[in-house]
Amino acid sequence: MSILISKDTRFIVQGITGREAVNLTRENLDYGSKIVGGVTPGRAGRDVYGVPVYDCVRDVVEAHGQIEGSVVSVPPRFTKDAVFEALENGIRLIVVVTENIPRREVAQMVELANLRGARIIGPNCLGMISPEEAKMGGVGGPAANTRQAYAKGHIGVMSRSGGMTTEIASTLTAAGLGQSTCVSIGGDAIIGTTYAELMPLFEADSETHAIAIYSEPGGRMEAELAEWIQTNNSRLPVVAFMAGRFMDEMQGMRFGHAGTIVEGKEDTTAEKIKRMEAAGISVAERIEEIPALLRKRLEEV
Amino acid sequence: MRFYEYEAKALFRKHGLPLGAGEVVNSAADARAAFGRLAGPAVLKSQVLSGGRMKAGAVKFADSADEAAAHFDAILPIVVKGESARSILIEEKSPVAQEYFVAITWDGRAKQPVLVFSDMGGIDIEEVAEKHPDHVSKTHFSSILPLTPRIAKEAIGATGVGGSALNRLTPVVFELMKIFLKYDLTLAEINPLARLENGQFIVLDGHIDMEAEARGEHKALLDELGIGDDETRQARPPTEFELAGARVNAVDHRGVAGNVVEFDGNLGLVIGAGGGSLTLFDAVRNHGGKPANYCEIGGNPSVGKAKELTKLILSKPGVEKIAVMMNVVSNTRVDIVARGVVKGCIEAGKDPAETIAIFRIPGAWEDEGFKILEKYGVEYCDRSVSMYDAAGRAVAKMA
Amino acid sequence: MAGLFIDIKVAAEVAKNPETARKLEEVCPVGIFAAREDGVEIVDDNLDECTLCDLCLAAAPSGSIEIIKLYEA
Ligand code: SF4
Repeated sequence: MSILISKDTRFIVQGITGREAVNLTRENLDYGSKIVGGVTPGRAGRDVYGVPVYDCVRDVVEAHGQIEGSVVSVPPRFTKDAVFEALENGIRLIVVVTENIPRREVAQMVELANLRGARIIGPNCLGMISPEEAKMGGVGGPAANTRQAYAKGHIGVMSRSGGMTTEIASTLTAAGLGQSTCVSIGGDAIIGTTYAELMPLFEADSETHAIAIYSEPGGRMEAELAEWIQTNNSRLPVVAFMAGRFMDEMQGMRFGHAGTIVEGKEDTTAEKIKRMEAAGISVAERIEEIPALLRKRLEEV
Repeated sequence: MRFYEYEAKALFRKHGLPLGAGEVVNSAADARAAFGRLAGPAVLKSQVLSGGRMKAGAVKFADSADEAAAHFDAILPIVVKGESARSILIEEKSPVAQEYFVAITWDGRAKQPVLVFSDMGGIDIEEVAEKHPDHVSKTHFSSILPLTPRIAKEAIGATGVGGSALNRLTPVVFELMKIFLKYDLTLAEINPLARLENGQFIVLDGHIDMEAEARGEHKALLDELGIGDDETRQARPPTEFELAGARVNAVDHRGVAGNVVEFDGNLGLVIGAGGGSLTLFDAVRNHGGKPANYCEIGGNPSVGKAKELTKLILSKPGVEKIAVMMNVVSNTRVDIVARGVVKGCIEAGKDPAETIAIFRIPGAWEDEGFKILEKYGVEYCDRSVSMYDAAGRAVAKMA
Repeated sequence: MAGLFIDIKVAAEVAKNPETARKLEEVCPVGIFAAREDGVEIVDDNLDECTLCDLCLAAAPSGSIEIIKLYEA
């Protein structure tokens, strides 16, 4: 099993004729994902690697029946509308790839998604993958590269960085630890689904035995995760890697992702590490320590 | 992207928020003249983006035109947390009966705007929240439902404010909420919001932060306020090197080779992407290395862009070697980056084999990339060498 | 002049065909071919940007275009 997506998940790509979207469509198809249609206004009737293109989401749903997911890869100015369109046409799992979307618009998408009982992953993310089942989004790149880095197994991965999702998976795979599902959750200050919001899904997935996360300065997401683990007495051991320790002394400077900025004490890596360790999360100094830490924690269970 | 106080106030004025009389001045003579136009005593405030100007002595009170001119000369040269004053704001100083605090910001956990109100303004809000929690209210509100004054009224009332003060404050707070959403702000703060002894309510000081991503959307407002495109308004002004980095990134639209931040070390870094750069920068420092810069490459930049970035970093005095490192890449191509950095070294008149301390970018098109590195004698490694160890190899060569 | 990493050779008779020149200019994502009245011209400055996508090979008669990786051999 896995969370969020499996080889049976049917999804569409909004903005499918864009440069990045074309790549992503091919990579996802090659990996075995079921993309039933794509949307680009004014381009109905074309196809992208055999995937039919429609003018709007409603037309895809009319032609193919209810669809579970959508990958949104449209320019920032059009993203909110595209997400609203997916939500109002009954799509309940939306991966937003686009970056540079102002917080107000992200908050609006998330609020409508909550009202509709839907989930947004991202924005500014590479999507997710259940290895050897399917992937949704650019995570891992071309299918051959993806197969090299990701293997099926029992570790759930969550990462604020798309690239580091693959670095961690690749390190786990090399150490003989496969993954259940890996989610690139996005690097913005407001995102659709945080670590803590994914935890109940992993917790309920019998195939997931432990969690590895990649984390950065900025925001309250790690504190929220720590709280969730303590409040819910989670069965899952968690190992975290914290990047950007140098930023603790660099108040107000933005590095990396939009959400990566130290504005107050709670944003620092020192504070986050303290909170996570207090909640029983093992914090790795280096990526390559993650497999051994996971094994150790799994033995203790 | 932070506004100066005088810019924040110009925005408030545009939206009808109550402000006292005041002017921005740029010379002692102007300060003297401005004083004459104000009724009574004045306050002169240095215009800097960082906080702490009061402590630095960059805020002074004047009872006469002579004093205003003298204070101007005294305040202007004061550097507040490394920042020089842009200008001086001179305003009427009115006797205050009570100070309030109001701020709106985004709550990443609730994923909604949060309105923070207190009837104990003027002092550190964190401290008030700790010592007098019943005098601070935090109220979330929807970003999609129509905005009405109800939320403002409830937030104010929750701190025990009633009577005419409640009715006078509500429209001010409500307007600030509208401004917050309208201009994609990440912070809209009035502190203090004062009730004067004469019963008037006015904004004494304000902070505005606008989302960098929304600058294009609000260009009309920024033009109106005179905020130029090249003003990054980060915690410190950009260096020449950083501005040159931004120009490299703007050369074409393919991928990113930018977000260059200058440091004073000797090891040049060509690193990526967002998360990988943070991880690698830590790793270099952990090994005792001294980075000359931070940067991010990603999204499959062109050969030309990677080349120009390499040349820029090598142009920094004292930088003899660069480390080229990324996490496992899937979108960015190893061979394209390899071409860019090798060509950059050659065009800078340097031998790639000597100059590139280590090349660690595994992933898409790595076989092709490694062939290029072989040919030029550059030391490289694949994913079997961790990011941490690759950084260590680069630092070892600096000894 | 060749690039540092890539050189491209177009067979003489194909290079003179304006129709092929136009097609080449259109398919190459990095602007290596420029269509002129009398045929195709190689834009030297862009040679090193070649992504090895092979789209030009498909757009011209087979065997008429050769992409040389100068870092091999
Ligand atoms: S292989 Fe692709 S990039 Fe290279 S010259 Fe041909 S069309 Fe252009």
